[in-house]
Amino acid sequence: MNYQSFRIDAENICVDYNGKVALYDANLRLKPGQICGLVGMNGAGKTTFFNALTGFVNISKGKIRINGESVRSAQKDQTIAYVPQNEGIDSQFPISVWDVVMMGRYGSMNIFRSPRESDVQAVKDAIERVDLTDHLSIPIGNLSGGQRKRTFLARAIAQRASILLLDEPFSGVDIRTEKLISELFIQFKNEGKTILLSTHDMIHVREFCDLVLLINKTVVAYGETSEVFTPENITTTFGGISPDFLFGPES
Amino acid sequence: MELFSSLTLYSFITDPLTHDFMRKALLISSLVAAVCGFLSSYLTLKGWALMGDAVSHSVMPGVVVAYALGLPFSLGAFIFGVGSVALIGFIKQKSRVKEDTVIGLVFTGFFALGIVLVSKIKSNIDLHSILFGSPLGISLSDVKQTIFISLLVVILLSIFRKDLMLYCFDPRHAKTVGINVFFLHYLLLTCLSLAAVVGLQSVGIILVVAMLITPGATAYLLTDKFDNMTVISVLSAIISSLIGIYVSFWFDLETGGSIVLAQTFIFLFAFLFAPRYGIFKLKKLFAGYK
Repeated sequence: MNYQSFRIDAENICVDYNGKVALYDANLRLKPGQICGLVGMNGAGKTTFFNALTGFVNISKGKIRINGESVRSAQKDQTIAYVPQNEGIDSQFPISVWDVVMMGRYGSMNIFRSPRESDVQAVKDAIERVDLTDHLSIPIGNLSGGQRKRTFLARAIAQRASILLLDEPFSGVDIRTEKLISELFIQFKNEGKTILLSTHDMIHVREFCDLVLLINKTVVAYGETSEVFTPENITTTFGGISPDFLFGPES
Repeated sequence: MELFSSLTLYSFITDPLTHDFMRKALLISSLVAAVCGFLSSYLTLKGWALMGDAVSHSVMPGVVVAYALGLPFSLGAFIFGVGSVALIGFIKQKSRVKEDTVIGLVFTGFFALGIVLVSKIKSNIDLHSILFGSPLGISLSDVKQTIFISLLVVILLSIFRKDLMLYCFDPRHAKTVGINVFFLHYLLLTCLSLAAVVGLQSVGIILVVAMLITPGATAYLLTDKFDNMTVISVLSAIISSLIGIYVSFWFDLETGGSIVLAQTFIFLFAFLFAPRYGIFKLKKLFAGYK
């Protein structure tokens, strides 16, 4: 198969921080319209994997191709959007919902980042899709966890990226937000976007991840969720802890 | 007592303006305050207070060497300011010592070097004015340097205002959408060094860090909008400088100390009475009486 038909093609990538290995020999190939769950313990390298794909950290070995191009040109083309964990952002930063979502447009604006009519429209549309139109000028510090999560999702939508990387999209959100995000994922899939999301919630993986990538510093298992997401693999991923303990006996 | 009886508010403000050195001090200190206040918003949000302290102390040997060699003092200060940042980064990366320890270690080392140099180099360096500032005795060439550097910093910050905000808020997103984060990091550090250089004329090396953090901290308590925060920070810095200079003129107090004290009082006022974030939450207090 031609490598260009992959949205994400990560081959044998390694990342180390000052000699300390965080991820090694990791592979991932995703096509348009695929949703992939990234599952692993804390410290297993999930965030490092995201950082490598966005170019926030340099890989020490291996190769990453985004639409057949380098990560650098993917950044320039606004191809990848990253939706951080709620804990990963300063919620006391003096900034409104509108301003955060507008940051999704910065990469395609002029040097002063002055919004054009099309940018304003993109931001409006994105905010409407996450149902925050009534909260445009609210500082993010005054939002609930779910609303804040939706704000950052709107930023990714406004960016019009074809690849979405989401770090724990369902942690600390209310039922309404969870439902809205799930619906958006179906829409994104139909729009041909590629989604990679990390999660601790195994139910979500079964519900809408076509593929699953189990990691523990390296890839433990990767493939169709129905085939790969087995109790044995999960146990290996979580260092020998049985899935019964993790998700209750019914799983 | 005679002073007070003859003094109306009007003459309190206008009398000092008849002196050339006072007009110059008020103008330069306001400019310096505006620059430091502008930068202050970014430093407080980025959590770089300690970095500001480090850079401002580290410029000491640069000032001394520049004076001894007859170079513009801002050049020497800038080189040592940036040098300290580079050294901090290097030691942090190459050793297991924690960042705040490295910062403390580097800047005290530089500062000590400066003090030793002053005692050794025979020249007309006025240690007191370096350490505590002397806005009332500023020379014409220093005025020119200060205006030039201040304008440079204001222009840089204005152009990259939004990018720097994004860098402080979410550097990962900045990187993901192709913005040069490396450049922004060093731009902010360069502006910090330059602001420290101009700030030390107003309040001196020891207190310049207050110019870099107090106005931003005050503004942070008063607003939830970034643009407003910048405006409030700049205004509170300018007002503090004016108050400090007038008070030091009339009551014969150290000028740098008076400016910083004025800033501290404005911060304390915000800390106590800020509508939303003050400990007495004035908004709620008034709402209770309705």
